[in-house]
Amino acid sequence: MNFDYTQLIPLLPEITVLTMACLVLVVDVYKTSKDSNLTYYLTQLTLVMAAILTIALPATETNRVFNGMFVADSMSDLLKLFIYIVSFMVFVYSREYLRAREMYRGEYFVLGLFGILGMMIMVSAHNLLMVYLGLELLSLCLYAMVAMQRNVVTVSEAAMKYFVLGALASGMLLYGMSLLYGATGTLDIVEMSNKLSTGDLSSSLIMITGMVFLITGLGFKLGAVPFHMWVPDVYHGAPTSVTLYIGAAPKIAAFALVMRLLVEGLGSMQAQWQDILIIMTVLSLFVGNVIAIAQTNIKRMLAYSTISHVAYLLLGIIAGTQSGYVASMFYVIVYAIMSMAAFGMILFLSRAGFEADSLDDLKGLNERSPWYAFMMLIVMFSMAGVPPLLGFWAKLAVLKAVVEVDLVWLAVTAVAFSIIGAFYYLRVVKLMYFDKAEDTNDFIAGPDMRFFLSANALAILGLGIFPGGLLSLCASALGM
Amino acid sequence: MYELIGLSGPQIVFYIFSSMLVISALMVITVRNPVRAALFLVLAFFSASAIWLLLEAEFLAITLVLVYVGAVMVLFLFVVMMLDINMVPLQEGFTRYLPLGLAIAVIIVFELSLVLGPENFGLEKFAAPAAHTADYSNTKAIGSILYTDYVYPFEVAAVILLVAIIAAIALTFRRRVGTKTQKPEEQVAVRREDRVRLVKMKAEKR
Repeated sequence: MNFDYTQLIPLLPEITVLTMACLVLVVDVYKTSKDSNLTYYLTQLTLVMAAILTIALPATETNRVFNGMFVADSMSDLLKLFIYIVSFMVFVYSREYLRAREMYRGEYFVLGLFGILGMMIMVSAHNLLMVYLGLELLSLCLYAMVAMQRNVVTVSEAAMKYFVLGALASGMLLYGMSLLYGATGTLDIVEMSNKLSTGDLSSSLIMITGMVFLITGLGFKLGAVPFHMWVPDVYHGAPTSVTLYIGAAPKIAAFALVMRLLVEGLGSMQAQWQDILIIMTVLSLFVGNVIAIAQTNIKRMLAYSTISHVAYLLLGIIAGTQSGYVASMFYVIVYAIMSMAAFGMILFLSRAGFEADSLDDLKGLNERSPWYAFMMLIVMFSMAGVPPLLGFWAKLAVLKAVVEVDLVWLAVTAVAFSIIGAFYYLRVVKLMYFDKAEDTNDFIAGPDMRFFLSANALAILGLGIFPGGLLSLCASALGM
Repeated sequence: MYELIGLSGPQIVFYIFSSMLVISALMVITVRNPVRAALFLVLAFFSASAIWLLLEAEFLAITLVLVYVGAVMVLFLFVVMMLDINMVPLQEGFTRYLPLGLAIAVIIVFELSLVLGPENFGLEKFAAPAAHTADYSNTKAIGSILYTDYVYPFEVAAVILLVAIIAAIALTFRRRVGTKTQKPEEQVAVRREDRVRLVKMKAEKR
């Protein structure tokens, strides 16, 4: 193989993140005081640098380097950009929370950066090997971040469950990949789809078995029913800042994984995976929306809400059309923005020794701070899908895609469950506006968090009034 | 080539080692004693490396023995013996979950036996690889492909190992106060003035 240095240019954001993560690791060892912010600022600088590089080196066409293992296309650019933005906000929100819990340590940010690198590798993977390695890199960071506060019982339980089930899911994914490799003789996603497009390989038993294993693994990582068991426990048990990290950016990477594997790789097997995804979606809609009603812990409630949002995300993929994929991509980005604000709000209300993770902690928020109650109102209404907020347009887009392929019953089911789901979002609003406050302490959040949290919630409103921009970005990223 | 009950020499070796692999893997999860389980895992690795030898992958076979049997499993045994885990409470739910686990295992084995048969992976589908000459170095072949075609996954795998180190240290490292541990950096940097005190005193009278 002749090595050409221009091959490294599309990888520059990845190389930057890796180098900076190692730098942060070393700098952290030499930092003088425990509360030094140097690590934090370097981490945020890394994300800014990666974002600048990604914008400065846009992929004008699909650019495959390293024997097609790494792909840079407009989809990967857009998704990576949102991964940086979301992670940036996640670190801003987590700062005070971490400081109050003795978790404001260099390793947290180093692992966070390596996790982001894992997501970037996943987004740009065009080879089953890279898909697996990127996923493992991300998962390993997540397991460690969940377990960091290991003296707390719920944390170690969550970490253990996450690790065991995650390892099982990785095993399933590997089984599927090995079967696909055995049947097609290639690990390359493009070559695989070429092989499948000719002949009757795509309906052979071995391909279908491999695909089922693959979808099982993906289902685990996405948290779709019936592979959702870890989601509530991990979201509930993990420190809220880690829940925020798990709930936002990795979903974007998981979407990329579904696109690369099912759509680009196994596109000619759409008839087979469509049915499986439909079952997963309907079950997720049911479990996500109905069980969430019974929750009293807001983190657990949002975990079930995640499951139902994953179902909406899958709707676009099920449609199997270009507009469906665009809608799905739009949905995942919108979801990341919304969940960021929702978990950010919990972090905002928490302080040292106090987790604001019970629904009762939101009581009377309007008396305490009308502004932040309004912010939370926006987030909850958006998650419920009330127009004209961003969440409404995302739901509308996926439902439209499903109706276009004549799966009207599925769209009707989704709408019905979203109405059931609206109940628990509106309950939060009721608690905030019509109940008496139980907790009357001041908020400890710094000005940076107040600014970004407000900006985050207002973005949901603003982008909701003008949804065209983000939607057309997604459409152009998928070449429409 | 020797022929025995219709099997060639390599086939007999293959069946011996693969059945050994399956049996020892089963024993790993069924024996009560964790030390025995670890030793059966050693046997499983050993059988797997023998199968690799049959495939002429000598380097991989030796690496498996050296790295996994020689290093990882010995460390594993140390950990098992040092922790001295009481296995009784761990095995409490075994019989309760056995039917479910067994059912899932049977389903997966059934599914895989449907697709992994000779109709999909027989010799007519995938011809046996041609044997290499005696001077063929598969170590060189692995090296030349690992650092060229597969350099990107290779680097990412290295990053994963780095993360594993960071995670392990972050999770287990705890600075305890008040322990009498040695501080090598202070011991090395010690000066005479810190330790030796010269005291002038008058000679005592007899």
